[in-house]
Amino acid sequence: MTEGGAIGGTTMGTTDGVWVEVRRGVYHDSVTLMRVSRALAERPDVAEAMAAMGTDLNLEMLRRMGFDVPADAGPGDLVVAVRAADGAPAQALDGARRALEELLRRPATAAAPADGEEPARTTAAAARRIGADVALLSIPGPQVFAEAMDALDAGLNVMVFSDNVPVEQEIALKDAAARRGLIVMGPDCGTAVIGGVGLGFANAVRPGPVGVVAASGTGAQQVMCLLDAADVGVSHVLGVGGRDLSLEVSGRSALAALAALDDDPATELIIMVSKPPAPRVAGLIREAARRLDTPVVFALPAPGEDDLTAAVERALATLGRPVPRWPRWPAPQPTVPPGRELRGLFVGGTLRDEADAIVRASLGDGGHTLVDFGDDAYTRGRPHPMIDPTLRLAALAEHAADPACGVLLLDAVLGHGAEPDPAAALAPAIAAARERRGGPDGDLAVVVSLCGTAGDPQDRDRQAAALREAGASVFASNAEAARCAVRLLRGSVEGVPDE
Amino acid sequence: MSEARPRLGGLLTREPRVVAAGVGVLAEALAQQAVPVETVDWRPPPEESLAALNTVLGDPRRAAANERAVGRMLSARPHLVDVRPASEVLGLEPGAFLHAGPPLEWERASGPMRGALMGAMLLEGLAETPEEAERALARGAAVLEPCHHHRTVGPMAGVVSPSMWMLVVEDAEHGGSAYCSLNEGLGKVLRYGAYGPEVLERLRWMGAVLGPLLRDAVRRHGPIDLIGLIAQALQMGDELHNRNRAATSLLVRELGADLVAADAPREQVAEVFRFIAGNDHFFLNAAMAAAKAAADAARGVPGSTLVVAMARNGTDFGIQVSGTGDRWFTGPAQVPDGLYLGSYGPQDANPDIGDSAITETAGMGGFALAAAPAIVRFVGGEVPDALAATRRMYEICLAEHPVLQIPLLSFRGTPAGVDVTRVVRTGVLPVIDTGIAGREPGVGQVGAGLVSPPAEVFADALRALADAVRPEPA
Repeated sequence: MTEGGAIGGTTMGTTDGVWVEVRRGVYHDSVTLMRVSRALAERPDVAEAMAAMGTDLNLEMLRRMGFDVPADAGPGDLVVAVRAADGAPAQALDGARRALEELLRRPATAAAPADGEEPARTTAAAARRIGADVALLSIPGPQVFAEAMDALDAGLNVMVFSDNVPVEQEIALKDAAARRGLIVMGPDCGTAVIGGVGLGFANAVRPGPVGVVAASGTGAQQVMCLLDAADVGVSHVLGVGGRDLSLEVSGRSALAALAALDDDPATELIIMVSKPPAPRVAGLIREAARRLDTPVVFALPAPGEDDLTAAVERALATLGRPVPRWPRWPAPQPTVPPGRELRGLFVGGTLRDEADAIVRASLGDGGHTLVDFGDDAYTRGRPHPMIDPTLRLAALAEHAADPACGVLLLDAVLGHGAEPDPAAALAPAIAAARERRGGPDGDLAVVVSLCGTAGDPQDRDRQAAALREAGASVFASNAEAARCAVRLLRGSVEGVPDE
Repeated sequence: MSEARPRLGGLLTREPRVVAAGVGVLAEALAQQAVPVETVDWRPPPEESLAALNTVLGDPRRAAANERAVGRMLSARPHLVDVRPASEVLGLEPGAFLHAGPPLEWERASGPMRGALMGAMLLEGLAETPEEAERALARGAAVLEPCHHHRTVGPMAGVVSPSMWMLVVEDAEHGGSAYCSLNEGLGKVLRYGAYGPEVLERLRWMGAVLGPLLRDAVRRHGPIDLIGLIAQALQMGDELHNRNRAATSLLVRELGADLVAADAPREQVAEVFRFIAGNDHFFLNAAMAAAKAAADAARGVPGSTLVVAMARNGTDFGIQVSGTGDRWFTGPAQVPDGLYLGSYGPQDANPDIGDSAITETAGMGGFALAAAPAIVRFVGGEVPDALAATRRMYEICLAEHPVLQIPLLSFRGTPAGVDVTRVVRTGVLPVIDTGIAGREPGVGQVGAGLVSPPAEVFADALRALADAVRPEPA
């Protein structure tokens, strides 16, 4: 071996398929040498191999393995000992020798970049990486508790998009959040906006003075879109989850959200959006609202209460801002023969509820059906209809084929998280439905409530134009859309009656 | 709620930074808004542990209990204060032996554990021959107890007999103490189950020369701050379990003058220096005692899910948890994945053995692999694997060590304080550096590598923690 000479001499002996070599003063760390030993021993033509520094221990082991090691090998010397396998060809040891050189020369692998981290496995670990302040959890509801608690422990606020979370877990999470001065938005919270950033389903709105506390996702979206249409922005939208104002949960998150918005200097007025709460909880919330410095406008759409549009108009009045004419994109509608029914197909639960209240107040029950395709019954094992429109499109075609159906009332919800171009599927479906029923001179009217803003990724005005082109009358106000549908059902010939 | 604290952690005062777990489209929507978002590689926890997980995570005591427990562990300041025989310091009587890991009876003891106990019988003069020692042990002539039950830890078999000299470590912060025997070196040594004449001769020398000289030197020197020394060694490439070269050198430097200054014959002093210089693992036992003192400071906090001991007896792997007192949760010890000496192979290996996983328990060893990249090559890995291993441990730990820092990770503290709930949630098991003992008594070390605890010990501990959660008052 010529390499050894440069360092200080090599003694080597090869006899009868055994190679023993001492390389004086050559040091390799023990781990490297263990790897080398193993690699040599794994060669098919090698029976036994060991490469080690010549410590007493190693020398003893080599001798036990039957190698004849020179007596003068010491701890500063590298000792290599290889025994060829029985019947191995004469050049077996040459192969092992070359392999040894290769192994000892083996360059360090290029270091991976220091930031080449594996993805975090827990919310807390991910949070540490970016100094996060909020966690958005959309893992299956039955398993969300651990991640949410982890996030709270890490000092994060939590938005739980998932549904199917047991109510006692919701209460435990919200109590844990309260102890830490944090908030749990949800479970079943679809929408939040924090400092202009939309979490979940949220519209692109301008910054402004109105804070929203919402136990209803699409309710919050309707409110922020109408405010945006009135050139009034929002400070934050804090979702609290559909069950927060129930008797059990009793507004734990709503109270925290109200207090936080009251403290927020950017928020001049708060709109509280919810389905009607349990009466005792409503009292609790109203009492808390009275104690705030910031005025609170309630938007609790229900029969006999202001609808969302009216609540927004009240909020604008409180702020001293003018109420605009809400955006609308009318299309000529046929005269609907008497006795026909209204069919409402919604992706937004609160939009459905609001329309339902308006329809029933005007028309009574009369066979009119309004369905929320975002309801649990339609989302088990499926994405939300704001992401996947399949089921509603199928229902739309079915209703259009039913001569009893006189007016189709639909919603379309835009914003972050929603499908990138709802009109791409909805407009052709509407056009086909109208075509089937005789077009503008036929007997099927179509009205769309379009919840979105000009700044949304889907571009509200482009969506509206496509839907109108397909034959639908389109409204930014869900209440106006519902009222239009009612008038059409009553036989109005006006596509867009004046309010 | 304190008025000084901003509401919602200041959420409404700045652009949010978001962690997203679950549906990809929601994280994408955030990225499209140019918001800093970090996604979680979330995987469902085991179905059978879900109820216990929710109970324990919902325990209102847990957060404060863990903060207190891990806070005590990380604020411990263990000092080496003395070196004394086990008979004095532990009150260990003739015929009584301590061993590594959870409780174990002779019948279930593995080869190296039996070998070490036989050697200890011979050392203490309780038997004349190995065969006699074996017979005596088999008929129950000796009292066997875990080291951990006596504030003690022992590497590999961890056998402590009355005449062995112990490192005495005291925690200057919390006042606890911990003990560990003196390290014998590598190869044929008692802790790997060897009991031949050279093993006993070395142990006798350690009792007659090494122990007394070290005692005199330590007493003359005064308490040695072990965490300070360990922190330096970490920055010199040790992880304090399978690599103790830097720490051993630092200890020799610290004690050198006082070893020389003592009243011992010059050749004895030279022997001591030669012995320590020839044993890169000499400091391991001091690191273990330091880790034991720190971990013990965290014991007994109701509601805490912090692991305070991981230990193996060659048959079982056991853990103890702060919130469940002195109860052991055990499962079968695994065979380490590693490299073997000479012609040894996995068939020669004993299952995992030793109390040395106390180093991992306290945020060293495998958890500090990124500080000692050489060690990861035991399993054929590379430097990035060492970084990845340490980073993975952050996932299951409650804290980062305030003093022990890793240069390669920009001086981030080592992951410290294993949380039972995180281990169960993620399925990420602690990574432990270890030596590999031969399966047969008397063989000694056959290799070194990495090993993990059996997953079920954490699931069992979690169930016990859940059982200990009092139901909420209605």
